[in-house]
Amino acid sequence: MSLLRTQKLVKHFGDTRAVDGVDLIVSQGEFLSLVGANGAGKTTLVNLISAYLQPDSGHIFFQDQDITFLPVADRIKAGIARSFQLVNLFDDLSAFDNVALAVFSREGKTRNLFTLAEKDDAVTQETLEVLREFGIEDKRETLAGGLAQGERKLLDVAVAHALRPKLLFLDEPTSGVSTRDKAQIMDTVSSVVRAGKITAVIIEHDMDVVFKYSDRIVVMQEGSILADGSPDEIRQNGEVAAMLLGAPTST
Amino acid sequence: MILGNNGQRRSIAWRWALAIPVVVVLLAVPAFAGAYWTQLLTYGLIFAVAALGFNLLLGYTGLLSFGHSAYLGVGAYSVAFMVRYWHVSSMELYILGGVAATAIVSALFGVVCVRYTRIFFAILTLALSQVLWTVAYKFFWITGGTDGLRVPYSDLSLLGGLIHFAGDDTYNKFIHSYYYYVLVIFCACVVLMWLIVHSPFGKTLQAIRDNETRARFLGVQILQYRWLAFLVSGIFTGLAGVLWVPLNGLTTPDILYWPQSGKIVFFTVLGGFRNFSGPIIGAVVYNFLEAWVVGFTQYWQFALGVILIVLVLFVPGGLVGTLLRVLTKTTTSMQTKPKALT
Repeated sequence: MSLLRTQKLVKHFGDTRAVDGVDLIVSQGEFLSLVGANGAGKTTLVNLISAYLQPDSGHIFFQDQDITFLPVADRIKAGIARSFQLVNLFDDLSAFDNVALAVFSREGKTRNLFTLAEKDDAVTQETLEVLREFGIEDKRETLAGGLAQGERKLLDVAVAHALRPKLLFLDEPTSGVSTRDKAQIMDTVSSVVRAGKITAVIIEHDMDVVFKYSDRIVVMQEGSILADGSPDEIRQNGEVAAMLLGAPTST
Repeated sequence: MILGNNGQRRSIAWRWALAIPVVVVLLAVPAFAGAYWTQLLTYGLIFAVAALGFNLLLGYTGLLSFGHSAYLGVGAYSVAFMVRYWHVSSMELYILGGVAATAIVSALFGVVCVRYTRIFFAILTLALSQVLWTVAYKFFWITGGTDGLRVPYSDLSLLGGLIHFAGDDTYNKFIHSYYYYVLVIFCACVVLMWLIVHSPFGKTLQAIRDNETRARFLGVQILQYRWLAFLVSGIFTGLAGVLWVPLNGLTTPDILYWPQSGKIVFFTVLGGFRNFSGPIIGAVVYNFLEAWVVGFTQYWQFALGVILIVLVLFVPGGLVGTLLRVLTKTTTSMQTKPKALT
């Protein structure tokens, strides 16, 4: 069953065809990787689906509802959340507050002017639970700006996860971290996503990570989908393997 | 600021432990200080209310307003109009009327201003405040022009008519009574603002200040929150204007003029806008500083200008921010020190 569907989605920046008529289907519960060279249109595609950008033409359907012109807040309410390529946190707030804000927002409590945030036990408990799931509970008092890069990446995903989305976009969750941290981040993210039965779309350049964690891989090139298949199918696609892995093209 | 942890609770307990003796000292001021010093402190507390409101925008939402004289002025002129045209003498009615008028004006100005940030926001707020200044200046048959409108304390009544100041030699009685009246309102405003900045709403403002894009992707409707912050900020400043005018005895267009906005910025920078108590301390210290410098030299603006330059260059955290940093350094050399508003 498809959770998300794009129909001939187009976004051009001047002469650059960042997304050029993309038809993408994301099925319920899958862990999908979007891969491709820099400038292939992966982040632009996610930006369009998450309402960071408006498409030039085409449509986006989420749970069969046309959400093409839905504002960000309504898409989040519908169940779409995202993390960012460059870690995007509230650096002067603690790790706890970063996650708590997502919970408050989801619960529609951010307009409460005259109640102390810390007195909301339900939010406090849920926030601690999310931090625990991501293995950063012991950093709850640390300012987001003072966390190590790997912890910041995890917190970035934790904030998006605290919105309890049905569909979670993760834009390069392991960029800029060490190989050891990469594995730890992906193990954590993967287990949280699968335990929560969340559909995840991940943009990633590290093909070891992609092949290890993905149910399905979509390869983009110059704004279009070049290939779409299981990790094995992508590995066996000579043209794609050559592009992604530098392997010789099979004939 | 950290929610739901022991460190936070300890910090709050520590602050309350500090606040109680401060309130006790404030209660005792008229007993050992003369009318002049009591009056000066009353001005300080009134401007502290304005600075609290102002800092909700600057410190917590990241918006620098150069037009807060508008709300001081609307509050003050509302009272003056009530006195002149409706012969109202009740301070409580002044507060109701002044706060309502300021709420309307700041709600309207907010709609225009909150769509912009940084220099554009600052210029818009400045321009709008100067529109009101021009109105007060030019519509002299209503506003009294440069002569202003009088609000004599002798016509004033506090607590629903329980306290009056009619008759001879009532000035000292007025100063003392009015000081306590302002002190109660000041304390209520501090508690209320403390609640607001530590509420989910206050946290959301800080999130918008830190990272607007991420806040938007948490489902926060940025403009609505900025507008609400603008409204609350204006109301606090308007209340300060209401409290100011009976003490001053007169309001003129000067209260709406841009240097008055600059003064509010000065208080806040002086005390430190990155902490809750900074603007309060800044406002009180500024009033004493100004009174002292004015008595010392006729070039008092020059002296205050030098102080502002020194502050910006060498004490960017303000008096309270710097004091807290020094205390933190001396008491502990561990952990990352929170920079967030507390």
